[in-house]
Amino acid sequence: MSVTGPKLQPTLFELSGPGRAAGRRIPAAPADALERIPAAALRESPPALPEVDEASLVRHYVNLSQLNWGVDTGFYPLGSCTMKYNPKVNEWAARLPGFASLHPLAPDETAQGTLELLWELERDLAEIGGMDAVTLQPAAGAHGELTGILVVRAYHRARGDLERTEVLIPDSAHGTNPATASMAGFLTVNIPSAPDGGVDLEAFRAALGPRTAAIMITNPSTLGLFERRIVELIEMVHAAGALAYMDGANLNAMLGRFRPGEAGFDVMHFNVHKTFSTPHGGGGPGAGPVGVRAPLIPFLPAPRVLREPAGTFRLERPGERPASIGRVRGHVGSVGILVRAWAYIRAHGSDGLREVSDDAVLAANYLRGRLEAGGAFEVPYPGPCAHEFIASGASLKRATGVRTLDVAKRLIDKGYHPPTIYFPHTVDEAMLIEPTETERLDSLDAFAEALLEIAREAHDTPDLVLFAPHSAPVRRLDEATAARQPNLRWRRQAPPAQGPG
Amino acid sequence: MVYGPHTPDDRSRMLAALGIGSVDELFDVIPASIRARPMALPAGMTELDLMARLRTLAGHNRVDLASFLGAGVYRHHLPPVIDQILLRGEFYTAYTPYQPEISQGTLQTIYEYQSLLAELTGMDVVSASHYDGATATAEAALMTCRATRRERVLVSRGVHPQARQTLETYFAGANLTFDEVPLVADGPAAGTTDLAALRRLLADPARPVAGVVAAQPNVLGLLEPMDEVGRLAHAAGALFVAAVEPISLAVLAPPAAYGADIAAGEGQPLGIPPQYGGPYLGILACRDPLVRQIPGRLIGMTSDADGRRAYVMTMRAREQDIRREKAASNICTNQALCALAAAVYVAALGPGGLRDVAATSAARASELAAALADAGAPRLHAGAYLNEFAVRVADAPAVHRRLLHRGILAGIPLAQLEPGDPSLADGLLVCATECTTAEEIELFAWALRDELGAGPGMTGAAGGEGTR
Repeated sequence: MSVTGPKLQPTLFELSGPGRAAGRRIPAAPADALERIPAAALRESPPALPEVDEASLVRHYVNLSQLNWGVDTGFYPLGSCTMKYNPKVNEWAARLPGFASLHPLAPDETAQGTLELLWELERDLAEIGGMDAVTLQPAAGAHGELTGILVVRAYHRARGDLERTEVLIPDSAHGTNPATASMAGFLTVNIPSAPDGGVDLEAFRAALGPRTAAIMITNPSTLGLFERRIVELIEMVHAAGALAYMDGANLNAMLGRFRPGEAGFDVMHFNVHKTFSTPHGGGGPGAGPVGVRAPLIPFLPAPRVLREPAGTFRLERPGERPASIGRVRGHVGSVGILVRAWAYIRAHGSDGLREVSDDAVLAANYLRGRLEAGGAFEVPYPGPCAHEFIASGASLKRATGVRTLDVAKRLIDKGYHPPTIYFPHTVDEAMLIEPTETERLDSLDAFAEALLEIAREAHDTPDLVLFAPHSAPVRRLDEATAARQPNLRWRRQAPPAQGPG
Repeated sequence: MVYGPHTPDDRSRMLAALGIGSVDELFDVIPASIRARPMALPAGMTELDLMARLRTLAGHNRVDLASFLGAGVYRHHLPPVIDQILLRGEFYTAYTPYQPEISQGTLQTIYEYQSLLAELTGMDVVSASHYDGATATAEAALMTCRATRRERVLVSRGVHPQARQTLETYFAGANLTFDEVPLVADGPAAGTTDLAALRRLLADPARPVAGVVAAQPNVLGLLEPMDEVGRLAHAAGALFVAAVEPISLAVLAPPAAYGADIAAGEGQPLGIPPQYGGPYLGILACRDPLVRQIPGRLIGMTSDADGRRAYVMTMRAREQDIRREKAASNICTNQALCALAAAVYVAALGPGGLRDVAATSAARASELAAALADAGAPRLHAGAYLNEFAVRVADAPAVHRRLLHRGILAGIPLAQLEPGDPSLADGLLVCATECTTAEEIELFAWALRDELGAGPGMTGAAGGEGTR
């Protein structure tokens, strides 16, 4: 934070002035450049884009960046998002001109370096997941889910099994799971959780049948718990002729400890922006590779990366694998992200990755223990957690009227990004806390202390919590007006900026 | 730990606090029958060795060729200011702005991105980003089905084949159908959407059409009669989706001007390196009446408790974490940092600079077209183009390969891009941008003339001379 504190910024449009834009980046166009184009196809007037000099532009963005909180700023225990440190060598790697400047339609013989890296990454991920093959195409976790469920659909159809119209999803699942099922043309059947947080086997048995195409399981679950009945679940799924999909969002808990393919899962996706440290980018880009077991390989999206007997690499040609579900995006994948994931995996090796998960789980359990001992928040699922755990502010709310939302906002004043809140929906006043393996021990201690201190404030000086944050660049926002009278783009008649003074 | 802070002493203290002797105990919950066997990954590398291997791999790619390759992904000048800003840790190590009080940086940059793209497209609403142009086009087509409650879309074959294939995959999942509108085979309108065929496809009362998708410029680089396509779509009660190239919008009529209801497109040309396919930026924009149907995040301007202007994610009832199986899409993680790159790019160039990129690219393309025609490869189509066009070369894939050995990436053989279309079999799709030099054009024309004049027998001896 600078001496004067972070400054709110006017918009780019308000910084604009005629003739102010940086000149001479590229040659000016000849006057007749567009003469051969019919007037009807051309713009009548130029777009009203801002004209800003480069120094003002840089200050605009540097000041805006200081209104933000990132992993590089401080602790970011956002549950189910695995906000671990993003190694800088990975940024360097993705920017190597040989990777960054390569056109996606460049002939295979000019793309051997990237193709080799992708081929290796497919195999590394297959090894980590215990899967037989991996596609790197999906652009995000949800996109991986869609790809995986479309592969499931193609598998059943190829066997003439057209009656499977349902996907079973536990009620604690990420919202992307049911949304994915809908996009892939399936009905979602919600399965309630048992009291211990796992899938309710009886409800599951009742829902499972000849209409079941797949079950989508997040393991460890969004409650931070390993699914204890996984063996029975998968056996039942397979006995019913359905397939088992594992949402790999929480894989950071299990590297080298549990491999979904070995345990019988048929399909899974990886979130490389979670487990393999590629940056979250303020919302993206990520990547969501999908692993499958051998019977599903024919249905993977096209094109795949192939190695020729001579040791060279090439992309699959159109139509080469007719059973494929087809293309799920342009080109072969978000390669710039995949380069970073490759670098992370190769920096660690098998032992290093296992240590990542060991430390992530140890840190989460340590923090859980600290919080449980503090007594102010419930930890509804006792015993060891995976890489994250649930705390609940339900009793604090009953006693003081202070909600989990308020606690989260007060954490901002204490110098922390809040955890995920009100998710999963199955727990009252939930906080989902994921410290990751890259947070120092003293930082974990201080975070636990901050939460307990907020609980004390809730009793003694509740307004301090109810009206938090007090030290952030802005205070709580008017979200209702934002939704009722949406202002989604700058228009010149918008009111002038009211700076903080 | 490779990147973590924990010392053996830290671990001992944590274990002691938990009252356990080994971290293994925390994994006892995993049934013994399914505990992982040891992984067999290559041993972990030092940073020194890792960088050496990465340099070697990157060095195996050929990015030193004279390239005329486009087809939706273009080599443009990247002002270094973009990457300086992308490397601000506060931007790239943040996630989705769930906590607006400490995410105003991300929120305002995305609001500004929405506003800049709204100016370029003329649309009211721009989503915070989609994965790429192909998925944005597929989502646009799905939007038309939701908005009209119809189940069939018409897609011009002038839309990029990868976008059509992605749409096909998405539509199969959603149990929706689409038909392709052919391109005119010959004459002055050759290579553009066949309006007579479109009229026929729209006329079937038993199969009402939700939306018509056409691209401007189309995948062959040609300018389409977009106002006419839109008029026909609307007359049949269908929505009109324009697939656009964003830099072209500095000079071409924006989608709003020709009546498009939705605009989709590949945002890569706006300051994002080619990277062999991504991460890119899916542009998706629409008119106000469709705002409840648009998938993906939206950032709105509002105020905070003290009345200061501030920004927030809004209209979230469309999204998967709220609506679950009833959401408009399953999209969650998007391409926020690529949208930031696009916004910085547009702002760094300004309106004049962006127009110069579009117009200079067009001027270089004129020079390229003249040089290639002179070398014996005339344009394949007669219609107007901006900065990309197809030329006729007998045995185009073979010539393309021989030119590659001379250090020239002679665009893309249309036989590869559109294998099913015999009328394109002799086509090479080539483009120019402001980065294309006169020397590159001269080299391409000279080598092509040599190839076409000398015939394949001569090239064995000449092969390699032009390779750098």
